[in-house]
Amino acid sequence: MARLKTFRIGGIHPEENKFSAAKPIEVFPIPEKVYVPVTQHLGAPSSLLVKRNDTVKIGTLLAKADAFISANVHSPVSGTVEKIDEIIDASGYRKANIVIKVEGNEWEDGIDNSSAIIKECNLSAKEITDILKEKGIVGMGGATFPSHIKYMIPEGKDVDYLIINAVECEPYLTSDHAIMLEKTEEILIGIDILKKASGAKKALVGIENNKLDAIAKMQEVAKSFKDIEIQPLRVKYPQGAEKQLIRALTKREVPSGKLPIEVGCVVNNVGTALASYEAVQKNKPLIERVVTVTGKAVKNPSNLLVRIGTPVKELIDHVGGLPEDTGKVISGGPMMGKAISNLDVPVTKGTSGVLMMTKAESKRKKPLNCIRCAKCVSVCPMGLEPYLLQQLVDSERWEDAELNRIMDCIECGSCQFICPSKRELLDYIRVGKARVGAIIRSRAKR
Amino acid sequence: MKLFTISGSPHINRKSSVKKIMLMVIISLLPAMFVSVYYFGISAIRVSLIAIASAVFFEWIIQKLFFKGTKSIGDLSAVVTGLLLAFNLPSNLQWWIVVIGSFVAIGIAKMSFGGLGKNPFNPALVGRVFLLISFPVQMTTWPKVDVLDFSLVDAETGATPLAIVKEGVKEGLSISEIFDKLPVTFTDMFWGNMGGSLGEVPVLALVIGALFLLGRRVITWHIPFSILATIGIFTGILHGINPDMYAPPLFHVLTGGIILGAFFMATDMATSPMTPKGQIIFGVGIGIITVVIRLWGAYPEGISFAILLMNALVPLINNVSKPKAFGKVKK
Ligand code: SF4
Ligand code: SF4
Repeated sequence: MARLKTFRIGGIHPEENKFSAAKPIEVFPIPEKVYVPVTQHLGAPSSLLVKRNDTVKIGTLLAKADAFISANVHSPVSGTVEKIDEIIDASGYRKANIVIKVEGNEWEDGIDNSSAIIKECNLSAKEITDILKEKGIVGMGGATFPSHIKYMIPEGKDVDYLIINAVECEPYLTSDHAIMLEKTEEILIGIDILKKASGAKKALVGIENNKLDAIAKMQEVAKSFKDIEIQPLRVKYPQGAEKQLIRALTKREVPSGKLPIEVGCVVNNVGTALASYEAVQKNKPLIERVVTVTGKAVKNPSNLLVRIGTPVKELIDHVGGLPEDTGKVISGGPMMGKAISNLDVPVTKGTSGVLMMTKAESKRKKPLNCIRCAKCVSVCPMGLEPYLLQQLVDSERWEDAELNRIMDCIECGSCQFICPSKRELLDYIRVGKARVGAIIRSRAKR
Repeated sequence: MKLFTISGSPHINRKSSVKKIMLMVIISLLPAMFVSVYYFGISAIRVSLIAIASAVFFEWIIQKLFFKGTKSIGDLSAVVTGLLLAFNLPSNLQWWIVVIGSFVAIGIAKMSFGGLGKNPFNPALVGRVFLLISFPVQMTTWPKVDVLDFSLVDAETGATPLAIVKEGVKEGLSISEIFDKLPVTFTDMFWGNMGGSLGEVPVLALVIGALFLLGRRVITWHIPFSILATIGIFTGILHGINPDMYAPPLFHVLTGGIILGAFFMATDMATSPMTPKGQIIFGVGIGIITVVIRLWGAYPEGISFAILLMNALVPLINNVSKPKAFGKVKK
């Protein structure tokens, strides 16, 4: 077999631990109350449209995107708005939050809640993009960037490829895998629609080679679509990072500080493709998603189809309860996920997984001196020198950090993962990025 | 409400540690240790134990007295330094000279710069070179190989093949004449049947250890390969031009601790460049300087000096051999 494609520089191979890989998607029961943060995406907060005691249906618009980079939020349940308060979500920030008491199961008119597959789509690119915006579709891999913006192709730019990210390179997570097996046709229709929206000639779907069943199934169904290519990729983290994935599939390198459109690509996650299908073909806003709930000590690791706003605690109870010696709970995967401090945090549009780590796993080892082993340099997918960036941040040499391209860091964590001295490289680099970013912005203002 | 640990990603680490790396280096040196004992007897163990014990002791006492931050005593790095120092010494060296060597290696070359990873020069080599300059006689009196003689007295002493050749060339003899007089053959050199320091001798055993390190990715091929290739090519050309003046490349590669230097000393992580490109520059530099010292310098062997000289250039090399940037904007 020919050597599989992958990205070129750096990369690591963490233990996969995909315990829930063979599990079918389970529909999680609607909770009694949901907690819907008004802002679940990257960008400006949306503005609130409901108030206390309002009745809402499934799909009712709760908050509207006013700013350019922002996204609509719809009600995931039917019932009454109990109160509007604040909640600390998985990002760790305090956010406006809508608490809805669930009553009945009323859907907004016009939403097709059946499982019938609708393939035909005669909408224009503009119309599709408008629907994505209207239905609150955001990137579902974790970055939660509002999707419609990606399809507003700037003047003078051409899109060659729509890149679909189905690599799921984070250990433990299997939600994308599960939907590819169970919603294959819906996903491919979604990809076809996004391809049309982007104006791309071809869609490339990257799937890592540890999901052979998904590759086979996607390839089989893709035969009845034009110009959608399913591409198996070598297993390597962080292949799901936008720039790395584009490199792996097209050999094109997005220049430093630029967006994928610069090299004629638009990238979306496979989960986003599914959500786009439901939005465009079934008129259904983004109100639910598949979440992997897993961990080494978890009794029954599962893939659950969950309404947005369901507290993480209820998911954990469903998979066998919180293991005795849990030390850390992560929203997302172990490489890029966010640690959450309590279990009241609700599932939002970007919650790909809930990972429970044992006390032993959660303890960070004490960092030792850098032994200059160069491992961090050799695994950095952006070709940076993490050990050096750490030193520069430590000594507050911001200009040098900028010269050494600290802003190019994609925060994949590979450097910190590999370091034998257990140095907290990415912690330092994040601090540095914040400072250097502020310096660059203030320079631009002047 | 139960609160959980909060920390930034990544939330997992690879199961590796400084200690494990050091342990692998120690394991990789064991075959050579055995061969040394086979040739030099119990005195090889004696020198090694003195060097290791004193290195660990100095590291411990200095950390205890002067260090506030992270202690590195448990990480076995001092053991590696001691062992490598011993490999650079003759087996019949007086014990107190060994201790001085350890002190210079650990106290001056490593701890005074801040300890583990902060030293610009390879500590074992600094110790060795210091001894070579301070105790030239003792440091260049090599016990004759005496297979499995376990008495602690080394009756005879002799010069290394490299020294013999160097002297011979000075006296105006041709290489082939000198080779006729050499007490050892290439095969002897390969198996380690020649005079020299502990780790200069067992070439084959060192290669086995080096393969282990390469296999476990503790070291990469870039530095050793570029050193050996440079020495091979450089001396090969000279030998091609004038075989009477210049010994063949194989002789140069097998003697004078080149194997030890290339695979175990030059690859020291703290004192070598960070990128493959930099490592090749580093290796080529070491190769060239080694040959120049050997052929035209005052000392018969040259790799210790060559490595130390190139150690000094590492920051510079790191600056000119940055890793290839992803998506570099062409200006
Ligand atoms: S991986 Fe860790 S010890 Fe090695 S060079 Fe990077 S920071 Fe230093
Ligand atoms: S976190 Fe940043 S510096 Fe570290 S490996 Fe990833 S891109 Fe490189």
